[in-house]
Amino acid sequence: MATSTKPERTTGGADAAELHLRYLRQMLLMRVFEEKAGEAYSLGKIGGFCHLYIGQEAVAVGSIAALRPDDYITTAYRDHGQALARGMTARAVMAELFGKATGCSKGKGGSMHLFDAGLGFLGGHGIVGSHIPIAAGAAFAIKYRGGDQVSVCYFGEAAANIGAFHETLNMASLWDLPAVFICENNGYGMGTAVARASAVKNLSVRGNAYDMPAETVDGQDVLVVREAMDRAVARARTESKPTLLEIRTYRFVGHSMSDAAHGTYRSKDEVEEYRRRDPIKVLAEQMRAAGSLDDARWSALEAEVKAEVDDAYTFAEESPDPDPSELFTDVYAPEQGR
Amino acid sequence: MATITYRDALNQALREELQHDDRVFLMGEEVAEYDGAYKVSRGLLKEFGPKRIVDTPIAELGFAGIGVGAAMVGLRPVIEMMTWNFALLAIDQIVNAAAKMRYMSGGQFGVPVVFRGPGGAALQLAAQHSQAFESWYAHIPGLKVVTPATPADAKGLLKSAIRDDDPVVFLEGEMLYNNKGEVPDGEHLVPIGSAEIKRPGTDVTLICHSKTVAVCLKAADQLAELGVQAEVVDLRTIRPLDTGTILGSVTRTNRCVVVEEGWPFAGVGAQIVDLIQRDAFDALDAPIIRVTGADVPMPYNRQLEKSSKPDAGKVVDAAKQVLYMVGS
Repeated sequence: MATSTKPERTTGGADAAELHLRYLRQMLLMRVFEEKAGEAYSLGKIGGFCHLYIGQEAVAVGSIAALRPDDYITTAYRDHGQALARGMTARAVMAELFGKATGCSKGKGGSMHLFDAGLGFLGGHGIVGSHIPIAAGAAFAIKYRGGDQVSVCYFGEAAANIGAFHETLNMASLWDLPAVFICENNGYGMGTAVARASAVKNLSVRGNAYDMPAETVDGQDVLVVREAMDRAVARARTESKPTLLEIRTYRFVGHSMSDAAHGTYRSKDEVEEYRRRDPIKVLAEQMRAAGSLDDARWSALEAEVKAEVDDAYTFAEESPDPDPSELFTDVYAPEQGR
Repeated sequence: MATITYRDALNQALREELQHDDRVFLMGEEVAEYDGAYKVSRGLLKEFGPKRIVDTPIAELGFAGIGVGAAMVGLRPVIEMMTWNFALLAIDQIVNAAAKMRYMSGGQFGVPVVFRGPGGAALQLAAQHSQAFESWYAHIPGLKVVTPATPADAKGLLKSAIRDDDPVVFLEGEMLYNNKGEVPDGEHLVPIGSAEIKRPGTDVTLICHSKTVAVCLKAADQLAELGVQAEVVDLRTIRPLDTGTILGSVTRTNRCVVVEEGWPFAGVGAQIVDLIQRDAFDALDAPIIRVTGADVPMPYNRQLEKSSKPDAGKVVDAAKQVLYMVGS
């Protein structure tokens, strides 16, 4: 896994320790949350498609940590991680996966369509690449209003082959939109390896076609992600210029709940090799080396996160289905009727 | 009341709404420096500047999506499609994004965007540039579909569309841009979802929209010479459909012809026939007849093209059939 930059990082000091602990907790929450979601899916409590983020947690955590509360986030359908990192509660997300009225989209969106207007979370989108111009639209609005927010867009490396990606990067660069385009390169678009789908190996070079600053970043190290994101966010916020970040990562599980982690398009050995760079493990080891994590703290963290996820699961199970009348609401603006 | 063209009526609507609300901007190909491919946006760049009148690259999918995203966070984009044929490249944004956002976000994100431009056939533009897509968009819950026929309706409906909190597909007509008509002075708004009886009559209802309104008015003149008083109902909005006006007219006349420029299969008329047979079955004295564009890709040849389109003669023939006047 290549990285273009390995800048020096802050591993010492109380502030850093606290920050790292927060990252660790967020990643662990995602991991435990999604393991629980996978279990619920197998039990038929979650329907439809469910795409887990296991293995990619450092990307969402490290990048969202660099944002302000008034920034915008738009993402694809593998969206549980970004939602939790942005501060949506485990309860609201789990209840949405269960399709319950208490879910963040009132049970009308499901796993692929998590939204939270209060957190500037513009979804959870199910059509590959379709949301890339939408994120640019939010960036356009920021610039239009003369604000200094940033619009961040997450998409997989397979989406970098779709027309919407190219049209959007061109306009975002042409118009100097304050956007960060995060290409989460997990190596596979469903079952198609990136080398079988992309003529270029390094997806960050696609920024060159649009005169857009770009870099390839190690996505298994949350601190490296954070640093790269700080550079991109600063460029957007202070210079109103977009950045393309190709963040190399790996999903340890199947594309969705319907396929195995390995066996068809990738080997067990490959998955195990990547699991050695589990982002949670990578950070935990760094923290242990810096003296900011010990067994007791780790156990406490695990217990805390497990309790939070168990609570979310119970909440989701016990929450009511949407009222039958909800079938016909939210199609059009309420005051206007049909 | 001033008499102006349909094009200028649209231009007035854009200008007034740009003045009225600084969240409104116009984006599309050639809308700014070129003054619009069909000059609908003439003078707007000069008046409002490049921040609000935005030329784009040829990238319909991309700029339609930018409109959706900007609308989600509070702006009021007007996205011009040079023609609706090109909007097929952007239909993912219109159907998968704009139409669905409010619902799949549980009501959190509305998309107050207007997608507008000319639809349907002009003259000899052949198969790829001559398509009427209103039934496609009207099929989609979450969208509103507006098809003004006159300058007054063009202005009043575009202003309403820009103020609407939902995504609006606004279909104009290249062949309508030069048509002149009276437009009320001052603030003129036409509500979305309201049809209008363009000519009252007692013997047969002619239901139409957009370019076929003129066709039906001409047919009504010809029918009057035969002693038949035709009522011309201009739908103005396809979705939401003004069912009350349709049913009210058919209940009075007991006979109906539905006319549209688009293709017959699953067309707008099919929906209207369904409505009438369900809710006004007892009022009907004859089966409803539809007059549509021919079920073929549009030919280039002038005579073939002419024969593919609805015209007054075809509407008169259909009206005579529902009046059992065939042979007279």
